[in-house]
This record gives sequence, structure tokens and C-alpha cells, in this order.
Amino acid sequence: MLGVLLAGLLAGIVSGMGIGGGAILIPVILWVTDVTQQQAQGVNLLYFLPTAAVALVTHVKNGSVETPVAKSLIWTGLLGAAAGALLALWLEGELLRKLFGGFLFAVGLAELYKGRKRQTTDGKEKDHGL
Amino acid sequence: MGEKGKIRLTGLVTGFVNGLFGSGGGTLVVPAMERFLHVETHKAHATAIAVILPLSVLSLLIYFWQGEMAWQVALWASGGGIMGGRIGAKLLGKLSGMWLHRIFGLFLLAAAVRMVLC
Repeated sequence: MLGVLLAGLLAGIVSGMGIGGGAILIPVILWVTDVTQQQAQGVNLLYFLPTAAVALVTHVKNGSVETPVAKSLIWTGLLGAAAGALLALWLEGELLRKLFGGFLFAVGLAELYKGRKRQTTDGKEKDHGL
Repeated sequence: MGEKGKIRLTGLVTGFVNGLFGSGGGTLVVPAMERFLHVETHKAHATAIAVILPLSVLSLLIYFWQGEMAWQVALWASGGGIMGGRIGAKLLGKLSGMWLHRIFGLFLLAAAVRMVLC
């Protein structure tokens, strides 16, 4: 379980810095334990809740949440969330893991793209995503 | 597509991916809000949490209902996460965002290849 603790620590560090933690937590948990793909994803969903709740309170206080946008996104989002979860639990673990791998690959490419040295028109290096 | 259609589709796809992979909703909804709904970056990050939180609760309930919960692993990971979140918040701004994205990107590519091949 020490490996799991370290996985959580690492994912927590990066998500505290504004980068998605699940993309680290899920692969590392699969590597250091014998849980299924679905279980690893369930761990990440649970893991996300307390930190997100704490962060959300701060964001609401600071007036950073666009409430009308959030509300309209949540409405159809809930439909998608139910459909996605049901599909995940219906799929074979191995197939889901490969699909997840494909998704990670796409996110990885997007991260490398964000990390390229970018010269804007005013010559300043732009910082992304944080 | 009209503004309403874009919002509906963004919500649907975000929820679906987040439920299917148990993660990744924020990765989609933040840029979608910036690009299609013209929300500025900082607000997009904050709003994304407000959106993903209820979606994750619903997906989690379904995982739970299907018996796919590894409680002990979740407990240990969350313990590490709480400590890590504090460290991350302190490091924020001290590391170059550019290098962070590069290292993270390479990690994801390696993890992805391992997951697809092994």
C-alpha cells in the first residue's frame, strides 16, 4: 500500500498545480496493485471528491465559478456521466484499459503541444494550463 | 451549432468521458469552455470543478452500485493525495509550466503505450 500512498501523493502534487491527477493515479495504481481497470477508475473518482470539494468552496468564495455556464453543462453532463459509467462497467476490463490507454496517449500529445516553446506576437513565452 | 447546442454537447461529452474513464472530464471541459463558451482560463478551471464534481458523484454511485470499489486502495491513495495537494499548491508558480507539461506529456505517452501493449 506504500506504492498506492506514493501514487496518491504524486497525483495530488500535480493536481494541486493544476494538472489532471487521474491520468497519473490510474496508471500507477494499476502498476502497483492488482485492482481491475474499473476499480482503479472508481478509486480515482472517490479520490477526486474531497480535494475538489475543498477547492470548489474557495473558488465560489472568490467568485471564480461561472454559475450559469456550470448549471447548463451539468444538465447534459449527468446524462453522459451515467451512460459513460454504465458502459465502463459493461466493457471487458482489458478492452477498457486499452481505450483508456488511447485516451491517455491523446492527452499526452496535447500536453507536449502545450509545453512547446511558444513565442507570441509580443515575443513573450506564454504559460499554459496553470 | 448555436450556443445552447454547444453547451449541451460539451456537457454530454464531458460527462461521458469522465464516467467511462473515471477521469479526464476536466481535460475536455476546460479547453471547451475557453474555446466555445469564451470563459477565461482561471474561471474555466474553477467552473470545471463545479461541473465535474456532481458528474463524478453520479458515476461513482454507479461504480459503487456495481461493486467496483477497492476501498483500501482508495483510502491510501486519498491519504497521499491530501498531502500531495498541499505540496503541489506550494510548488505552484515555482516550476516552469512549460517543463511541467513536457514531463507530464512524456509520462502519459509512456503509460499509454504500456497500457495498450501489455
